[in-house]
Amino acid sequence: MYKNKLSNFDIVLLILGGLILLFIISPLLSMFLATTPLQLFETSKDPEVLDSIWLTLRVSFLSTIFFAIGAIPLAYFLARTKFKFKRLVNGIIDLPIVIPHSAAGIAILGFISRDSVLGKAASSVGLNFVGHPVGIALAMAFVSIPFLINAARDGFSNVPVKLEKTALNLGASPVRVFFTISLPLAWKNILSGLIMMFARGLSEFGAVVIVAYHPMITPILIYERFGAFGLKYARPVSVVFIIVCLVFFILLRTLSKEKELNNA
Amino acid sequence: MLKLKDISIKLGEFQLKNINLELNKGDYYVLLGKSGVGKTVLLEIIAGLIKPDSGKVFQNNLDITREKIQKRKVGIVFQDYSIFPHLTVKQNIAYPLKRKKISNSDKDELINKYASLASIKHLLNRNTQNLSGGELQRVALARMLVSNPNCLLLDEPLASLDIQLKGGLRNLLRQINQSGVTILHVTHDYEEAIALSNKVAVLHDGEIIQKGLTKEVFRKPANEFVANFTGIKNFFVAEFTPINTAKINGTLEINVSNKDEIKKGKIIIRGEEIIISNNRIESSATNNFKGKIKQIIPYLTNHEIIIDIGVDLSVVISDESLQKFKFKEKSEAWVSFKSTAIKIIP
Repeated sequence: MYKNKLSNFDIVLLILGGLILLFIISPLLSMFLATTPLQLFETSKDPEVLDSIWLTLRVSFLSTIFFAIGAIPLAYFLARTKFKFKRLVNGIIDLPIVIPHSAAGIAILGFISRDSVLGKAASSVGLNFVGHPVGIALAMAFVSIPFLINAARDGFSNVPVKLEKTALNLGASPVRVFFTISLPLAWKNILSGLIMMFARGLSEFGAVVIVAYHPMITPILIYERFGAFGLKYARPVSVVFIIVCLVFFILLRTLSKEKELNNA
Repeated sequence: MLKLKDISIKLGEFQLKNINLELNKGDYYVLLGKSGVGKTVLLEIIAGLIKPDSGKVFQNNLDITREKIQKRKVGIVFQDYSIFPHLTVKQNIAYPLKRKKISNSDKDELINKYASLASIKHLLNRNTQNLSGGELQRVALARMLVSNPNCLLLDEPLASLDIQLKGGLRNLLRQINQSGVTILHVTHDYEEAIALSNKVAVLHDGEIIQKGLTKEVFRKPANEFVANFTGIKNFFVAEFTPINTAKINGTLEINVSNKDEIKKGKIIIRGEEIIISNNRIESSATNNFKGKIKQIIPYLTNHEIIIDIGVDLSVVISDESLQKFKFKEKSEAWVSFKSTAIKIIP
């Protein structure tokens, strides 16, 4: 079989690319290698760690689902409607990605503290969002929602308008067109956005630490163990959390791939 | 049953101006026009997908200009078929039936009925990704018919199909029309109009420049554009002095039957009405000219001969005649045509 000979340019690309891959893999790999199976076993039985991981997964998942209810229609609106300040709105949506997450945490705290309108309303029913899973969910959603909106907007933009017009012409209401044509055809992008939002929520530290140090999500637990006991104690928790995140990530990706194949 | 009254719209570079059109029940109306002239926009206005700047659309004497898309009983089939790619053929056809209050067995019966009519019953459980253009067109038609529209709007339905598929689909469209469905079909191909329609309208520069019974529009084109567009190639500016003589391009004189005593105008001679021969033939035709064959162009069922008799004349002959008389390019031949075969347009 004929093989293309690598050009000098290809070799430069390979070397530079390889270095970047190495840069990503090496710290993770060294962390895994520095953790003994016994440490992993002990950590995975630690109730504090388990509670924290469960809390992180649960809150990030619920916040993703809850905010998707508004984010997906917003993405559809942005994909389908032309209006004067559309670029401005798109810029606002990207804002949480570019601002420092600790600053985002301060902003969220101001928004939900007892002095704010929302805080006062919550405390009137006996709720305090600060130091509460709801506060964590809000902080997670704030920094991760752009991933969902952008992915869903791209997905809806790729759905030909003519298909929607055809469905309307066949007697479907706009709501039915959305649920039977637009949403299924944009689903691949939306699902990808949901996974990204969920994953981004899991890994958030900066915004959450300001809103709720307790109950402790895993990124904060890792930070606390590092501060109190050092690298040796923070490392196993990090490894366990990374494994859990990877399992979830691979599981969700596989499920979405299977759905695609079934639809093909 | 469907009436457009003074429809006008401006969209970017082109516009439609005061479009008036009336379709009666059972009509097969073809709207002829070049690409980009606004034919699709007009269909979308009728279907309610675009609102006109002014003018009204009436259906059974009811003003539906501002009626919701899904409430109109006007079905549009787009040129690209717009088949839902995530649904099977059957699910596509069933789409309009989902919210209808009829039993599942009745739904199946309807799906099978129209799938049979469109000859796609064997494809019902297939995904749509691997279907050919002709099959997709049939799925789109079956899906539209299931929704039971009063009027079917077809956007260039035969444009992207090859010749064999076109024949089959034309038959299907005729069948659909004969079953009582009124059809408005837009195309740039005058042969489709001849093959299918009972009425035709020609759209040019945003306006309908001629409309009427297909036979009449083709036999009596209102102006040069229609004449050219409807496939009539022998179209000349002429002066009529003396009155029964047409002087073409200031030189060639031909005999005409100028009963209306027109002084200046245009004449058309249909290529099918010109006789071409190797020698001069004696007949009642008063126009006989010797010329040189410039080009012989083959078509599906006949040939077009361009012969220079002082002006270029297009003559249509059958394959058999071409073989029999052995006409060749650059050789000489005679043409003859009757003065009554010449149409004078003032």
